[in-house]
Amino acid sequence: MNLDLILGILQIVLIATTPLVFAGIGELVTEKSGVLNLGVEGMMLVGAVSAFIILVITGSYFLAFFVSILSGIIMSGLFAFLVLFLMSNQIATGLALTIFGIGLSSMLGKQYIGTPIDGLSPWFFVIFSFLIVFLVSYFFYKTKAGLILRAVGESHNSAHALGYSVIKIRFLSILFGGSMCALAGSYISICYAPMWQEGMTAGRGWIALALVVFATWKPERVLIGAYIFGGVTILQMNLQALGLRFPGQFFSMAPYVATIIVLVLISSNKLRIKLSAPASLTIPFYRGR
Amino acid sequence: MIRIITFLSTFLVFAFGSAYADPKKVGFIYIGPPGDHGWTYMHDVGRKYMESQLGDSITTTYLENIPENADAVRAIRKLADSGHDLIFTTSFNYMDQTHEVAKDFPDIKFEHATGYIQADNVATYSARFYEGRMIEGHIAGHMTETNTIGYIASFPIPEVVRGINAFYLAASKVNPDIKMKIIWVFTWYDPGKEADAANTLINQGADIIVQHTDTYAPCQAAQKAGVYAFGQASNQEEFCPDAHLTSIEDIWGPYYAERAKAVVDGTWSSGDTWDGMDKGMVVMSPYNTKLMPASLIQEAVNMEVGIKDGTIHPFTGPIYNQAGELVVPEGEVAPDGMLLGMNFYVQGIDGEVPQ
Amino acid sequence: MNSLFPSIVSRSQSSGLMNFFVPIISIVLTLITGSIIFVLLGFDPVYALYTFFISPISSTYGISELFVKATPLALIAIGLSYCFKNNIYNIGAEGQLTMGAIFGGGIGILFHDTNAFWLLPLMIFVGAIGGALWGLIPAILKTKFNTNEILTSLMLVYVALFILDYLVVGPWKDPFGYSFPKSRPFSESGRMPLLFDGLRVHFGLIITLFLIFVSWFIFSKTIFGFQLKVSGYSPKAARYAGFNQTTLVFFAFAICGAFAGIAGLAEVSGPIGLLYRDISPNYGFTAIIVAFLGRLHPIGIIFASLVIALTYLGAEDAQLFLQIPSAVGFIFQGLVLFYLLGAELLINYKLTYKKLL
Repeated sequence: MNLDLILGILQIVLIATTPLVFAGIGELVTEKSGVLNLGVEGMMLVGAVSAFIILVITGSYFLAFFVSILSGIIMSGLFAFLVLFLMSNQIATGLALTIFGIGLSSMLGKQYIGTPIDGLSPWFFVIFSFLIVFLVSYFFYKTKAGLILRAVGESHNSAHALGYSVIKIRFLSILFGGSMCALAGSYISICYAPMWQEGMTAGRGWIALALVVFATWKPERVLIGAYIFGGVTILQMNLQALGLRFPGQFFSMAPYVATIIVLVLISSNKLRIKLSAPASLTIPFYRGR
Repeated sequence: MIRIITFLSTFLVFAFGSAYADPKKVGFIYIGPPGDHGWTYMHDVGRKYMESQLGDSITTTYLENIPENADAVRAIRKLADSGHDLIFTTSFNYMDQTHEVAKDFPDIKFEHATGYIQADNVATYSARFYEGRMIEGHIAGHMTETNTIGYIASFPIPEVVRGINAFYLAASKVNPDIKMKIIWVFTWYDPGKEADAANTLINQGADIIVQHTDTYAPCQAAQKAGVYAFGQASNQEEFCPDAHLTSIEDIWGPYYAERAKAVVDGTWSSGDTWDGMDKGMVVMSPYNTKLMPASLIQEAVNMEVGIKDGTIHPFTGPIYNQAGELVVPEGEVAPDGMLLGMNFYVQGIDGEVPQ
Repeated sequence: MNSLFPSIVSRSQSSGLMNFFVPIISIVLTLITGSIIFVLLGFDPVYALYTFFISPISSTYGISELFVKATPLALIAIGLSYCFKNNIYNIGAEGQLTMGAIFGGGIGILFHDTNAFWLLPLMIFVGAIGGALWGLIPAILKTKFNTNEILTSLMLVYVALFILDYLVVGPWKDPFGYSFPKSRPFSESGRMPLLFDGLRVHFGLIITLFLIFVSWFIFSKTIFGFQLKVSGYSPKAARYAGFNQTTLVFFAFAICGAFAGIAGLAEVSGPIGLLYRDISPNYGFTAIIVAFLGRLHPIGIIFASLVIALTYLGAEDAQLFLQIPSAVGFIFQGLVLFYLLGAELLINYKLTYKKLL
C-alpha cells in the first residue's frame, strides 16, 4: 500500500462519517438530558430535503443550511412539546416522528427530485463536526450549564429540587439534537451526495442512535465510534475492490454487532455505566405532588 | 325520462361499438417513487409514453412505493378490483404476488417485469440490458488509461452478473490488460454508499466507473474526481456532463403502448418478451462528443447496428468460466437459459460472485 | 384569581371517562387537521377522508385485509406489553419476528416436499423458539451485564435482517429460481389455512385472538401478571415482595420474542409462502406504537391494531382513487399518532388551575 492510497481512503472515511458525527452528537445531548428521541432518521430527512429545496430556490448555501437547521428545530420542537408538555411516551412519539418525517420529506421534495445542483465541498463541515464535538465536551465538563444539563438527565427530581427548570433544559437539549440531525441531513443532500432522493439517509439515523450508546454517552467517543463505523464500511469496500471475497452482509452487520459488544463490555461494570448513562433516560418528568 | 336516457345510451353504445366504449384502464405497481430517476422513473416515462400514444382509449393509474411483501398482493388486487384491464407489476419480487392475484381474475391481463413464470393471463417482459453493457465495455476498453475499471454492483442476481460479464468480455477484447474492480454494495439505492463505493474505486486507480445501482451519485463522484462514468437507467448527462460517456436507457414505452393497444383491440395474449436494442427497449444515451473521439463513437454506433441486426452477440464463444472450462464453444452464442441463470464470472475477472 | 396556565396533576387512577373520550378527541382532531391538509393540497376533504377511513373496509375483501394487516400488529403488540408492563423497553420485535420467520421458515424449506399434518404446527413451534431465543439475547445481556435493552434489542433487528439476507442470497436460495434472492416455496401443508375461500385472512388470526385471550387471563388473573405490574410500577416494592426481577425479565422477553416469532412465521407461511429479504413492512416497529396506543391492554391493543392497519389501507386507497402520494399517507399516519399519544395526558393526568390568591 502506498501513501496516496491510504490518504485517499482517509478522505473517503472523513466524508462518509461526518453525518454520523453530527446526528450522533445531537442525539447524545438530547439523551444526556434524559430524553430518548427515536426520530433521528425523520429529522435528518426533513433537514436534507429543506436544505435542498432552499438551495434550488434561492441558490444560497447559507440560507439552505439555515432553513434546514430551522426545520430540525421545528421537528424536534414538535417532539419536545409532545413528550415534555403532554408527557407522551418517548419511544412511541419518536417512532411516530420518524414516520411523519419520512412522509413530510417525500411530499415536500416530490418536484425537486432530479434537479441538478452544485454540491458544496464537505471539508468545512468535516472540520466543524470535530469542533462541535469538542465544544459539547467542553460544555458538559467545564461549564456550569453543562453540569446542570447532566444533572437533569441523571435525576430530574433532584435537579428540580435544586431549582433548575427541568422542562426548559430538556426542551433546549431536544432542540439542539434536532438541529444537529437536520445539519447531518443537509450535509448529505448538499455535500455528500448532492441530490434529493426519497429516503436518501438510508438508515444513518438508526446508526447514529447506536453510536450514542457505543460512545457510552461521552462526546469524544461519539467521534471515535463514528469513525470506527464509517471506517469499517469503507474498509470492506476497499477489500472488495482488492478482490477479497466474503459475504458483504456480515460486514454490513458489523457496526451493530460491535455496538452490542461494546455495550456489554461497558455495562458489565455497573459503576462505570452509572457514571456515563443518564439515569433518567426515557422517564418523564412532571411537577406533580 | 331517466329510462329513456338509459335506453338511448345503451343504444348508442351498441350502435357505435368500440368507438364509444369505456377507455381501458391500465394500472402500474411501482417499487419506488416515480421520481427516483432510476428504475421506477423509467417505467413511469414508459407509462406516459403509452398514454400519449393511445390517447383517450386508455386511462392509467399507478401505486408507488409498494413493498415486495404481502402488501403487494393487496395493492395488485385493488387495481384488479377497481376495474383495471391491464396491470403492469414492475419489479421482480412481485412475481408470486402477481400470479396469486391473476389466478382470481382470469379476464384481467397482467404483465410482470423481469419475471420468468408465465400464465394464460400473465405475460413477462424484460430488456436485454447486457447488450448495452457490451457497448460500455468496448468504450471503456478504449478510454481507460489506468486499465482499471470500477464496477459498482447491487445484488448478486443474474441480471447484474450478466452485465458484469458482458462488459468485461467486450472490454478485454479491445484491451487484454484490463482489470475489473467490483464492489457489491448490497443495495439498489443509497446515494451516500454509492458515492463512497465510486470514490473507493477511483482511489484504487479506476478511471472509469460503471454502476448497476439506481442513483446518479457514482456519476457525480466521477465528475468530481475527474474520471469517466456510465450512467444507469436514464440519461444522466445533466448531472455529470464532464464524466458521463453514455448511459443504458430502459425504454419501456413502445412495449407498454403495444401491449395496451392489444388489450384495447382484444388481441392480447400471454408470452415472454426479452427484447433488446433491436426493438428499441435498450437505448444508448447520446455519446459524449466532448470526451470521446469520433472514431470511437462510430465504433459504438456500428456495434449498435450489429447488435440490432443480430451479427453481434455479447456472449459469443469461446467463453470460459473462471475455472478455465469452456462454457460457450467457438462460433456459438450463449443460450438464453444460461444468460437467465448466470451466476458465475467469466475467465479474467478476479474474485467470486458472492453466494 | 386563577393562574393563566393550567398545571398538571397526576391522577391516582387513570380516568375511566377519559379512557373513553381520549380516542374520540384524537379522532376528531385528526379529522380536522386532515381536512385542512387535504384542502391545502387541493382535494375534497370529505371525499379524501372517506377514502382514507371508509372505502378500504367497504367490502368483505377489505375487511379481510384489515385483519390480515392487523393480525401481526396485534400479536406483536400483546407480546410487547409483557415487556412494557414491566418497564422493559424491548424495541427489537422486528428482529424477533425475522428470527421466527427464519427458524420456522427454515423448517418449511427443509420439508418443502413433505405434506403432513405436523408440518405447520412444527413450523409455528420452531418459529416461536426462534423469536424467543432472539428475544433472550437482550434479556441475558440486561440481567448478566446490565446492558441497556433498548439499544441491544434495536441492534439485533439489523443483525437478524442481515442474517435473513445472507440466507436467501446464499445457502437457502431456490435452486430453481434463476439465482434470485428467495427461497423455495413451502409445501401446501406448511401454509396457514385460510379461514374463508377467496380471502387472505388466515389461521394466524385465530392464534392471535387465542394468545390475546391467554394474555388477558395472565394479566388480570394470575400472580405472574400481578408481579409484572407491580415490578413495573415499583421495582423496589417488587423486591420487598420477593419477586425475582431476573426471572421476570427472562419471561417477558421470551414471551414477547415467541409472539413476534409466531407473527413472523404466520406472515411467511400465511400470505407469503416462502422466505425472501423483505418479509415485513416494519410490523415490529409499528407494533410498538400499537402497544402504547392500546395502553398495554388486550382490548385496547385489538382496537389500536385495527386503527393503525386502517391508516395503511387508507393510504393505499388514497393513492388509487385520489392520486394522493403515498407520502401524504405517512404524514397523516404520523398526525394520528401524535394526537393519540398527546391526548394520553388527559387520561393519566388532570389539568387544574391553581388558585393564586
